Amino acid sequence: MKTLNRLAIALLVGAVSVILYQCKPKGPAEVTTGDAASKVYVAPGKYDEFYNVVSGGFNGQIGIYGIPSGRLFRIIPVFSQTPESGYGFSEETKPLLNTSHGQVPWDDLHHIALSTTKGEHDGRWIFANGNNTPRVARVSFKSFRTEEILEIPNSGGNHSSPFITENTEYLVAGTRFSVPMGNKDVPINSYKENFKGSISFVKIDPATGHMNIAFQLRTPGFNFDLSRAGKGPSHGWFFFSCYNTEQAYTLLEVNASQKDKDFIMAVNWKKAEEYLAQGKGRVEKVKYAHNVYSEKTHSATSTMESEVNVLDIEKLPGVVYFIPCPKSPHGCDVDPSGEYIVGSGKLAAMMPVFSFSKIQNAISNKEFEGDFNGIPVIKYESALHGEVKKPGLGPLHTEFDEKGNAYTSFFVSSEIVKWNVKTLEIIDRVPTYYSIGHLSVPGGPTAKPHGKYVIAYNKITKDRYLPTGPELTQSAQLYDISGEKMKLLLDFPTTGEPHYAEAIPASLVSPNSTKIYKIEENENPYVAKGEGQARVERKGKEVHVYMTAIRSHLTPDNIEGVNVGDEIYFHVTNLEQDWDVPHGFAIKGATNAEILIMPGETQTLKYVPLEVGVVPFYCTDFCSALHQEMSGYLRVSAPGAKTPLKFSTGIPDDQTSGAGK
Amino acid sequence: MKKLNQLSRWLILISALMMVSAYFVPLWQILMWAPQYPEGLEMKIWINTLTGDVKIISALNHYIGMKHIEVSMFPEFGYMIYIVAFIIGVGVLAALINKRALLSIYIALILSAGIGALVDFYLWGYDYGHNLSPTAPIVVPGMSYQPPLIGTKQLLNFTAFSGPDVGGWIFISAGTLAIVALMSEIFASRKVIRSN
Repeated sequence: MKTLNRLAIALLVGAVSVILYQCKPKGPAEVTTGDAASKVYVAPGKYDEFYNVVSGGFNGQIGIYGIPSGRLFRIIPVFSQTPESGYGFSEETKPLLNTSHGQVPWDDLHHIALSTTKGEHDGRWIFANGNNTPRVARVSFKSFRTEEILEIPNSGGNHSSPFITENTEYLVAGTRFSVPMGNKDVPINSYKENFKGSISFVKIDPATGHMNIAFQLRTPGFNFDLSRAGKGPSHGWFFFSCYNTEQAYTLLEVNASQKDKDFIMAVNWKKAEEYLAQGKGRVEKVKYAHNVYSEKTHSATSTMESEVNVLDIEKLPGVVYFIPCPKSPHGCDVDPSGEYIVGSGKLAAMMPVFSFSKIQNAISNKEFEGDFNGIPVIKYESALHGEVKKPGLGPLHTEFDEKGNAYTSFFVSSEIVKWNVKTLEIIDRVPTYYSIGHLSVPGGPTAKPHGKYVIAYNKITKDRYLPTGPELTQSAQLYDISGEKMKLLLDFPTTGEPHYAEAIPASLVSPNSTKIYKIEENENPYVAKGEGQARVERKGKEVHVYMTAIRSHLTPDNIEGVNVGDEIYFHVTNLEQDWDVPHGFAIKGATNAEILIMPGETQTLKYVPLEVGVVPFYCTDFCSALHQEMSGYLRVSAPGAKTPLKFSTGIPDDQTSGAGK
Repeated sequence: MKKLNQLSRWLILISALMMVSAYFVPLWQILMWAPQYPEGLEMKIWINTLTGDVKIISALNHYIGMKHIEVSMFPEFGYMIYIVAFIIGVGVLAALINKRALLSIYIALILSAGIGALVDFYLWGYDYGHNLSPTAPIVVPGMSYQPPLIGTKQLLNFTAFSGPDVGGWIFISAGTLAIVALMSEIFASRKVIRSN
């Protein structure tokens, strides 16, 4: 009896322990994906369906990936010097990185905008923003090279940029940090009085893509985060999310999170154009660099601009309206129809969707709840289409498919939520690994999405890949959205920190891809269009080497008669006219980089020898069976030495004064 | 005064000495998982301190206005060592001087210490989860973040679990042993009465 009782008690204790132990939840369930592998498999030699143009964040570059394979094809240097190709190091590309502060060899590239016509991707250009030293860049979709960089004056953190209008009339550059205009020395605590916001409208030349600041809107001082242009019925308008309407200048994580609602700023840019045409703008003296790369000369020029047209929106009625939007909105995304604007209050427990037609009605009926510095604030309810209830935690960005669905990224709850734009009902949610930032649907921001996939760009990678020390790979994830439910197909690593990205059907881009530059069209002043033109010229301390490269020799490959301290410019022309035969040029001790020269192109590496000796140089891009033979020597004599200037290829020394003469 | 039988005295002594482990192992644990923390975050409560990912938890919780968790927040850590020592002392004494009344007192002490600790933990948890900074960046209307007393609870993106750790289980076992001893005494004396 006693034993039985004891046994019973022991069993009871055991049972309680087991029950308590089972209260412990299990970790996140593994995602099973069924036939995912076949959906992302692109057979060797076959092409991907989409180009994915991915911002590189703090690497200042753009990554080009294939979708659905997730394979990385190319990294395009934009704001970052890249020793691999000599971008930003070669004499031809140095001016691209010039600013009013001098050469700025790096930037923080956050957002991509692909050019559109009638709201649809047209495959002409890639635009990107430099966040730190405010700049915008244009990259050619033919050459996949940076062709233009425009500095933005009166800005501090070019974040709400480079979003574009439906026919690529304008791209915008809104300041993330308001600053005193005109480099004023003022106390930081005079924020309300002295700090202003600035939104630049950059006009795009439809033929050349050249960018020019048409006008700047001078706004109250708060932070502009993201933006989208209207399209269809809302074409002519631009929408910006604003946070820190508290106008805090310290501990923003708390002090800029106090108001229940900040604003979405609606800009009637057609109205702004009218005011500008009426001469209502004022010219402000500023200083900013405008750098343009020419494919004809294979070189960039930098021009310092000195003026900008400013429209003071507080004094110009009808240009700007504020719409209250809960808790520090981040994303501000317009659906393909142009009617709905999704505000993502990153600290809010719901998401408002505004209606463009309701906003127009509210403006004409003057349904305002007040004003901010004279700018009308539309009543929240008057602008509202409806709220997405309990969508998730930390909404950031929304993209769309062609079936009326929206896909919103949630950073805190680490998921993508699919919902219906009209009914505001939540349809599905999938976890992301981990903490998604931006997301992209091919054509997702345009009037014509190709809603086959959604790609998540995550902020935390953690345990998804083999560890590589404290710095881990960056990561994206591909989801199939062709059905009702979203399905995870693929994790793929990315470079830099991916922020926004766009994907475009390959058929719009690949047929136009540049293969070579025609040597006869090369207008570089230092070109040598054939070995007969290869030569060395001295101009005082400058020595110009007009060098040619063709499989498998450099001309000239023996150079004598230069002295320590001379500035030697190697102008290397790649004489090849065949696809995929670049040559490289590197010389021992060069303190800058190497250069890669595409077929038909001329690039220049500057070299200042610091000591006496014979210095080898060679081709760095494995070009042919005799690539290892493609090399040469530079003889460097002591300062003041009178070694005669000599250069040659293939002819024994003492027999000729130079090749090609 | 009723005496104890030999087996009970051994059980009581073992029970009391088991509790000495409370000074060397954690008593309670709070575990948290979020999508970004699949490996989980843990906080271990010892007799006189806290260990684990306390700093990470505090850093995360400050977004919703929760206090920074510090050992100094808990005066309990100052006197818990004495309470447990006292209980152990009473247990050892009960075994040595062989009094059933003292065994009852020992059990009462263990139970009230356990219940007291849970009540104390609940009250702290209530304050920690409700007394939020009004200037917190994230304020979800109607939301409070009281951690679960025992078991699992979803708090925004975190799944939180609270339950005994090794020391807690030893404590429970020690109490169980003492109760088993008392029960066996009661059954034994009933038998004695019946057989009389």
